[in-house]
Amino acid sequence: MTTAVETARDTPFTIGGRTFQSRLMVGTGKYRDNETMVRAIEASGAEIVTVAVRRVNLDRTKEEGVLHHLDPKRFFLLANTAGCYSADDAVRYARLGREAGFNDFVKLEVIGDQETLLPDVAGLLEAAKTLVQDGFKVLAYSNEDLITALRLENAGCAAVMPLASPIGSGLGLLNPFSVRTIKRRLSVPVVVDAGVGTASDACVTMEQGVDGILMNTAIAAAQDPVAMAHAMRLAVDAGRAAFLAGRMPRREVAVPSSPVKGMLD
Amino acid sequence: MNASVDVVVNGEPRAVAPGTLLELLAALGLDPRTVVVEHNRRIVRRPALGEVTVAAGDTIELVHFVGGG
Repeated sequence: MTTAVETARDTPFTIGGRTFQSRLMVGTGKYRDNETMVRAIEASGAEIVTVAVRRVNLDRTKEEGVLHHLDPKRFFLLANTAGCYSADDAVRYARLGREAGFNDFVKLEVIGDQETLLPDVAGLLEAAKTLVQDGFKVLAYSNEDLITALRLENAGCAAVMPLASPIGSGLGLLNPFSVRTIKRRLSVPVVVDAGVGTASDACVTMEQGVDGILMNTAIAAAQDPVAMAHAMRLAVDAGRAAFLAGRMPRREVAVPSSPVKGMLD
Repeated sequence: MNASVDVVVNGEPRAVAPGTLLELLAALGLDPRTVVVEHNRRIVRRPALGEVTVAAGDTIELVHFVGGG
């Protein structure tokens, strides 16, 4: 779906030494069935796909894990630490995920509040330091705060993932200024994670110049998840292309597009 | 026949047959290739599952990947 013009002007999207073609990453949660999930992921064009670590259901041993539906050779599986409310829990889940998975990448979440699911900054930094020392490539889910982002980068994170708005809220990019500032000041990739609600949100987010977007609910909870995944793919490409193209300056007054000369008397 | 061993698996008390973690997985109908085993808070890698014996009072977590964001 990406045109030759866009790709020719773009730089590779590399995280933790791995280069990817798609700047859209997608989650695998909340789909009504596995077939819809797989078709939506295919329609999104995403290569990086997030998964969660949970107990096996012992009463239904026929229950299939998500790996039964996703080919790990085809998709880059990114384990998360969703649901963890302390650094210790997040580190434990990250290690289990590395064992279950196929790489040493982790999407690190340390949540501080049940209602907003906003990150616990202190716990996040503590867990990030531990996991980096342990050899993980840490992609840290963060609030959109520059100082936190700088500290995460300084701790050795492979990417920083500021939120657009709270997880699952669909409120879109609430603070473009902060996300732009984080992108400008960090050297590691900045991937906006959480809060995108529809394609325009994804487009506006990419127009800020960030390296990518991770989303789940916006696709999974759409009325037609496969069609929305396609829309998101286009929106991410369009937003990226517009950023690279460089937008016109904003003006407070109108400037005519048609010549002012040559008007009839 | 040896007496069973009282352990906690995924938060539930269970009486299991004496044996290794690998044998426990088999008894539960789980494929060791699709499950990660944490035994008393320590991850036991697949090749070692047949070498670790389950003892009374052990806490065992069996996890896998599920859908998530």
